[in-house]
Amino acid sequence: MMPEVRWRRLPLNANYAVAHAVKDSDVDVVAAYPITPQTTVVEKISEFIANGELDAEMIHVESEHSALSACVGASAAGARVFTATAAQGLELMHEILHIASGLRLPIVMTIATRALSAPISIWCDYSDVMNARDASWVTMFVSSAQEAYDSVIQAFKIAEHPDVLLPVMVAYDGFIMSHTYEPVLVAEDPAPIREFIPKRRDRIVLDPEKPVTMGPIAMPEWYYEIKYQQVEAMKNAYRVVKETIDEFAKRFGRRYPVVETYRLEDAEIGILTYGAIYGTLREAIDIMRSKGMKVGAIKLRLWRPFPYEEVLQAIKHLKLLIVADRAISYGARIAGPVALEIMSLLLYESERPEVMSVVIGIGQRTVTEEDFEQIAKLGAKWLEEKRIPRETIYWGVRGVTYA
Amino acid sequence: MPERYYKSLRDLPKEEYLASGHRLCAGCAAGTIIRHLLKVAGPNTIVVTATGCLEVATTPYPLTAWRVPWIHVAFENAASVASGVEAAIKALQRKGLIDPSKRINIIAIGGDGGTYDIGFQALSGMLERGHKVMYLLYDNEAYMNTGIQRSGGTPQFAWTTTTPAGRVWKGKHQPKKPISDIVAAHRIPYVATANPAYVLDMVNKFRRALEVEGPSFVHVIQPCPTGWRFDPSKSIEIAKLATETGMWINWELDHGEFRVTVPVPKRKHVKHYIRAQGRFRHLTDEDIEKIQEYINKEVERINKLVGKEVIGPLAE
Repeated sequence: MMPEVRWRRLPLNANYAVAHAVKDSDVDVVAAYPITPQTTVVEKISEFIANGELDAEMIHVESEHSALSACVGASAAGARVFTATAAQGLELMHEILHIASGLRLPIVMTIATRALSAPISIWCDYSDVMNARDASWVTMFVSSAQEAYDSVIQAFKIAEHPDVLLPVMVAYDGFIMSHTYEPVLVAEDPAPIREFIPKRRDRIVLDPEKPVTMGPIAMPEWYYEIKYQQVEAMKNAYRVVKETIDEFAKRFGRRYPVVETYRLEDAEIGILTYGAIYGTLREAIDIMRSKGMKVGAIKLRLWRPFPYEEVLQAIKHLKLLIVADRAISYGARIAGPVALEIMSLLLYESERPEVMSVVIGIGQRTVTEEDFEQIAKLGAKWLEEKRIPRETIYWGVRGVTYA
Repeated sequence: MPERYYKSLRDLPKEEYLASGHRLCAGCAAGTIIRHLLKVAGPNTIVVTATGCLEVATTPYPLTAWRVPWIHVAFENAASVASGVEAAIKALQRKGLIDPSKRINIIAIGGDGGTYDIGFQALSGMLERGHKVMYLLYDNEAYMNTGIQRSGGTPQFAWTTTTPAGRVWKGKHQPKKPISDIVAAHRIPYVATANPAYVLDMVNKFRRALEVEGPSFVHVIQPCPTGWRFDPSKSIEIAKLATETGMWINWELDHGEFRVTVPVPKRKHVKHYIRAQGRFRHLTDEDIEKIQEYINKEVERINKLVGKEVIGPLAE
C-alpha cells in the first residue's frame, strides 16, 4: 500500500504550476530564455534553485535556439532536462525540435501559447505550437493550472519510457492560463512524485565508459529506417500516454483522458476545442442546454500522437461536429489544423457526422459563451438547410459575417 | 614560457582515439589536429562537433572514427550543446548519479563557418557563461564541406566559389575576421592559436586548454588541399610557410599573459605562401604586396604587444 500523498492548496497560475512540477520532478538541468508569456516559469524555477529547493543547473542561454541545443546536450549526457518557451522562441528552436526527437531525447518543454509575428502580438493563440506539429514531439494541450502541473509530471514519465524516448511538449494558453491564478494542489513533499518518475539509467547516453557516436550522417540506405523508428515510437507513445494517465489517476486521484467530453452522450451537435476555452465552451453548453439545444463539448488533450480511436468513439453518433481551431493554415480550404485532422479520419467511416471548421480566438480575440452559442445555432441552421460550408469559417473578424 | 607538458612527441600517449579509415580528404590537416587533440585529452572525454567536414567524414552511419563519446547536433550550436553537456555532468556528479571523482574533458569542435559565422552567438554565450569547455576551431578558411564558399575566416583575395576571381572581383574583398582577438575580449582563462606544422607547440596548448578552469579556445590553422588548391602531400609544408611568413602567428593568452610561442627571427616574404596555393593564382605581384603590407602591420602590432621583436624582419 502506497502512503497517502498530502497536498498543499496554493493559488498559482499555469506558469507557476509548471515551475512547481519541475521542482517536484527533480529536474537536473534547465536551459531557457525569457519570452512573454512564458517568462515567469523560468523566474520561478530560478527562485527554487536560488533557494536550494531544487538542485539543478540553470543555463541562462543567449537564445531559444541555444536553450534547446543545451537541453539536447544535457539530455544526451543523461540528465533530466526542462525548458519552456512561446511563439517566436519556439520558431527559433524549430530546427532543434526535429533533432531532439531524431536523437530520441526525453526532453520536456512547456509552451505558453502565443500568436506569431507579424504583426507582433504577445497574446494567445495556438499558431506557434501548431507549427511544431510534424517535429515528432508528443504534444499535449491542457486546460487548467492543475492539469499543467500534473501533465509536466506525466510528461517525464512518458518521455523517458524505453518504448517512447521522445521529447514531450505541454502547451497551454498564454495569459489566459499563464497569468491567471487558480487553486492548485501541489505535493506537500515531492517524494511521492519522484517515486512516480524515478530517474532511469537505462537509455544510451554520452558516457566515457561506453563511448557512443550520436548524430552521425545517415546515407540514403539508412536514414529511412531510423526515421521509421520514430513512427513506431509515436505509436508506442499513444499506448504509454494512456497507461501513464491510468497510473497517475490510480496514484494521485486525478484523471485527464486524451479526449474529454461534456454532456455529449445524447447531443446532436458537438463542439470540439482545446486549451483554456474548453472551460468557456462548457459554460456555453450549459446555457444552450437550458434553452433546449442538444449540444455537447469535446476537449482534445493529446494532439500528437493523435488519439483517433477516442475521437471517433466520441463523435460518431453526432449529426454535426464543429471544430473550433485557434490557428490558421493559410491557403488551405480547411484551415483549422485539428478540423483537418478529424476530417481525414472520417474519410474511412461509413457513418459520420458533418464537420464544420471554425477558426476563433486568433491573437487572443475574445471568445465568449455567446460566440459558441451563435456558432452552434448557425451550424444547426446550416445542417437543417443541408449547406454546411465546405471551407473554414473565420469567426469574430471585423467585417466578415455569416448567415 | 608556456607550460611544457610534452618535451617531444614521444611523450604523447600511444593510444589512438580517432580511428583510421575516416573519410577526410587525403592531406586534410583536420585529421592530424584531431588525432593529436584526442591523444592529449584521453578517454575521459566527451566531444561535441558542429556540422562540417570533420563531422560528415568521421561518422558515416553505421561507422564511426570516434573512440570517445561524441555528439553532433547542428551547425550553429556546438558551444550550446557543449554547455548542456557540461551542466549535465556537473549536476549528475553533484547529485551522485555519476562518479563525482572523475574529471571529464568536454570539447566542442567547430570549423570556421561554424565558429566565425553561424555559431558565433552560441560561442559568445558559452564563453560569457563560463562553462568549463575547451572549444577547438579548425580553420580551413572557407565552407569546405559544402564546396569552398567564403566564410568570415576566408583571407582577403582568396578565391572561393562564392568569391570568384573575375574581371571585376579579385577573390574575397574583406580581410579575415580576428576571431581569436574577439574570443580573447571575453576575458576567458585561455586563448591560443596553433599550427599543425608546430605540433609540439600545438599539443602543449591543447593540454593547457583542457587544464584551465573555465572556457578555453584554441584556434588552429588547417590547410585544405581541396579548397586551397595544392597537392595533398604539401599540407604541413603550407602550414609551416604560414608561420614562417607571419601570415599565421602562434600565440597564447594565458590568464591575461600574452606570449608568442613560436618566434620567427627572420620572416619569409608572403609570396612563398601565396604562390604555393591555387586559390591565390589570380593575384598579381602588386596584389601580393598588399597582403605583405597587411602582414607587416599585424607583425608590428604583435611585437608591440609582446614588447620585443618576436617576429623578425623580412629576410627573403
